[in-house]
Amino acid sequence: MLVGITILLVFQLIGETAAYFLGGFVPGPVIGMAMVAVALVATGGVAPLQPAHRQTLETSRAILANLGILFVPAGVGIIQHFDLIRDRGLALLAIIVLSTVITLAVTVWAFLLVKRLTGGSVDE
Amino acid sequence: MNSGLWVYLATSPLLWLAGTLVVWLAATRIAALSPGNPLLNPIMLSIAAIAAVLLLSGVQYGTYFEGAQFIHFLLGPATVALGIPLYEKLALVKTNLLPMLAALIAGSLAAVGSTVFLSHLFGFSPSVVASLAPKSTTAAVAMAISSGLDGDPALTAAVVVLTGICGAIVVTPMMNAMRIRDYSARGFAAGLASHGIGTARAYSVDPVAGLFSGIAMGLNAVLTSLIVHLFL
Repeated sequence: MLVGITILLVFQLIGETAAYFLGGFVPGPVIGMAMVAVALVATGGVAPLQPAHRQTLETSRAILANLGILFVPAGVGIIQHFDLIRDRGLALLAIIVLSTVITLAVTVWAFLLVKRLTGGSVDE
Repeated sequence: MNSGLWVYLATSPLLWLAGTLVVWLAATRIAALSPGNPLLNPIMLSIAAIAAVLLLSGVQYGTYFEGAQFIHFLLGPATVALGIPLYEKLALVKTNLLPMLAALIAGSLAAVGSTVFLSHLFGFSPSVVASLAPKSTTAAVAMAISSGLDGDPALTAAVVVLTGICGAIVVTPMMNAMRIRDYSARGFAAGLASHGIGTARAYSVDPVAGLFSGIAMGLNAVLTSLIVHLFL
């Protein structure tokens, strides 16, 4: 557990450092995500690193299994915006619902269209 | 209740950290009573319960966040942790590379484009438009994008969570109505439109959907931070 969380935090730190030099164009944790995947692929065959690999996988599974709770503190912040919700709540809700439905439809159609065009088997 | 004790505890991070965990565990138990019901979303239940407690007791959000920040902080390492399913299912990812790339570009443009267009249509100020624009990406990333565009990161955080809950609620009935049974495509759409909350939902529906949702969430965070400048 401790090794796993340390590895994740160190990769986040590497990501933040890279983000700093890239001018903040891509967020640090996202760079960390790509780098941890690359590092796992690159060191997959290195025997002494196997325990560290296993711990990273276990810690990540535990975090991802409880992903939802991580959004609660930010979500409670909605109480700071009662003026905006009272005055423009319906417009905000309309934007959120419409753009989410549009995004879901466009994404799933683009995925399936290109999967069929490139000869992939689509589960019907 | 002893009001002296309440004043003492309500200002300590311990109460709000422990409280958030207890509320979350209760909310997941309630959601588990009806697993197929997307309206019983544990994130939405937890936020509603905690917001009600804060409003009724008059405790400021800043005081709450002093305790809850320890949970919030884990959004960063959780984003890094999404690299692990990517590594574990690399073969599956490789065979779907082109569909993923097309869906990523189309979906990311649709997410930011439709949000910016609609919020201009409804006459929101440039600061609110900037706060809404990255709402399909994960909270930590969206807040960074929003503050770079002179938006309000606190508003962005709230809207990101609402977008995630909206996606988690509509994705299953919508995909069923569209007769789409390909769980890689369904999951990818869920993660792109509604980030980690959609991903949590996707994992609870199907493991392949969860994997593709996590990948979409990561990729969309990268692409949105680049393309948002096209619209604002």
